[in-house]
Amino acid sequence: MTNADFQILLPETILAAFALAALMFGVYTGKDKTAPLLTWATSALFVLLALMIGFNGEGTNAAFGGMFMDDGFSRFAKVVILVSAAAVLLMSESYMAARNLLRFEYPLLIALAAVGMMVMVSAGDLIVLYMGLELQSLALYVVASLRRDSVKSTEAGLKYFVLGALSSGLLLYGASLTYGFAGTTLFSGIIEAATADHTPLGLLFGLVFITAGLAFKVSAAPFHMWTPDVYEGSPTPVTAFFATAPKMAAMGLFARVVHDAFGNITADWGQIVAFLSVASMFLGAIAAIGQRNIKRLMAYSSIAHMGFALMGLASGTEFGVQAMLVYMAIYVTMNVGTFAFIMSMQRDGQVVTDISALNQYSKHEPLKALAVLVLMFSLAGVPPLVGFFGKFFVLKAAVEADMAWLAVAGVIASVIGAFYYLRIVFYMYFGTETEALDKTMAPAQWLFLMGSAAIMVLGVVNLFGIEGPAVAAAAALVH
Amino acid sequence: MVGLEHYLTVAAALFVIGIFGIFLNRKNVIILLMSIELILLAVNINLVAFSSFLGDLVGQIFTLFVLTVAAAEAAIGLAILVCFFRNRGTIDVEDVNVMKG
Repeated sequence: MTNADFQILLPETILAAFALAALMFGVYTGKDKTAPLLTWATSALFVLLALMIGFNGEGTNAAFGGMFMDDGFSRFAKVVILVSAAAVLLMSESYMAARNLLRFEYPLLIALAAVGMMVMVSAGDLIVLYMGLELQSLALYVVASLRRDSVKSTEAGLKYFVLGALSSGLLLYGASLTYGFAGTTLFSGIIEAATADHTPLGLLFGLVFITAGLAFKVSAAPFHMWTPDVYEGSPTPVTAFFATAPKMAAMGLFARVVHDAFGNITADWGQIVAFLSVASMFLGAIAAIGQRNIKRLMAYSSIAHMGFALMGLASGTEFGVQAMLVYMAIYVTMNVGTFAFIMSMQRDGQVVTDISALNQYSKHEPLKALAVLVLMFSLAGVPPLVGFFGKFFVLKAAVEADMAWLAVAGVIASVIGAFYYLRIVFYMYFGTETEALDKTMAPAQWLFLMGSAAIMVLGVVNLFGIEGPAVAAAAALVH
Repeated sequence: MVGLEHYLTVAAALFVIGIFGIFLNRKNVIILLMSIELILLAVNINLVAFSSFLGDLVGQIFTLFVLTVAAAEAAIGLAILVCFFRNRGTIDVEDVNVMKG
């Protein structure tokens, strides 16, 4: 039994062992001189594990008496997490090296965070959920303040830490109530205690606290206040990482908790999630209008996108989960490309984050400007780009679940939100002439920018077939 | 006779004090760390009380995990705080304001 259990846990074990061994290697050899090597090795391992999980895994396997689940849903989420983490690591290397930030701890902390995220999306028990979440969070607190000598970066780390610890506390309080009133920490036991005709009041309180804690982690309004500051203060590669893999992991965990543990009381959490969704979409759309700093702007953009992903979840159906997964995969791809571009924004080697620096960018760099235009249109959800299909699926899920009002709110919010994406495009093509940005861009960044933009255009054919795995993933989660 | 509800009440009170400690405190970041610790301890009381009431050991195992993570969390929080103090020369909550928000 134990042997089979560890077989299921193999990818996580490999990654954790690698992180620890690489830490020793880094400490006892060249310290920061080993950083490029470790960055490449970590990314390669991420891709290898993603291939291993994507092609090797099949069926639903429960390890350790159901505490750890390996099913279609967790595999889909893990592949997205690992591939996006590898992409962010590869494109951040040159940025970090140019600013003397390429410490060997960076790829290892990302690897440990990835282990935490993989555990999160596989959690079948409240204890596993908490341990995965904390492993991810503790690593992320440290990388947020990676630039130790900068006030902004350490302030971002401090804010992230305090609010992250608060959200863990809320989640944990909910977990303790859930344990007390369900009599077990296993999701398979909780779902039997929380039935439609009889749910103890304490269990509902637990559900509300857990939802609030998870809303913090996905940065859904009204629990979003840490996001803009942390995004602005952290070094740009770290911001890129925050905007991709942890978002997928937190949404995956959210879906797993509400469906695996509270799947019988869909109506109870559906309205909470619908409220979070509406609040996030509108706050993200409206608050971003006043932002001049592109990192803060992307923070509000991510809040709005989380609102759309939550809309799929709010519908409480199998199709809703499928729509949420497709939406998150598309969102992560768009953000990888956008942040590859933001990382390359500099003037005389100095980082520039103000959007007015993009004035007349198309004159100097027509190809890159075109790629950014495609990404911005896709983020705004303009048809026929792939970003539109993500929005289309979640709206369809909401309508099919008799939540037409939610879909209407989503459409209105996306129209408002289109304004600030289009403003960036406007600056690039019609802005007033200013001092130009540097033309240099690391090859990896160029590759991810162009690749991501190309996917947004070519994906309209069949979304690269991610629908099939998403259907299987949703079927594995929703019974 | 001290029953389950008494423990839950104490835990709820500690939890609320912890939350208020985070939001009302304007003085010192160390107090924020203490408030977080208070929240986690409230959760531990809850878990142990439920565990004893249900006659189920899982709650106490959960408590041990929470205690361990709380220690790691405090270590990282203090490390970030030290870095912040080196840059800023102060740890007043009011001075954590380089970025608006």
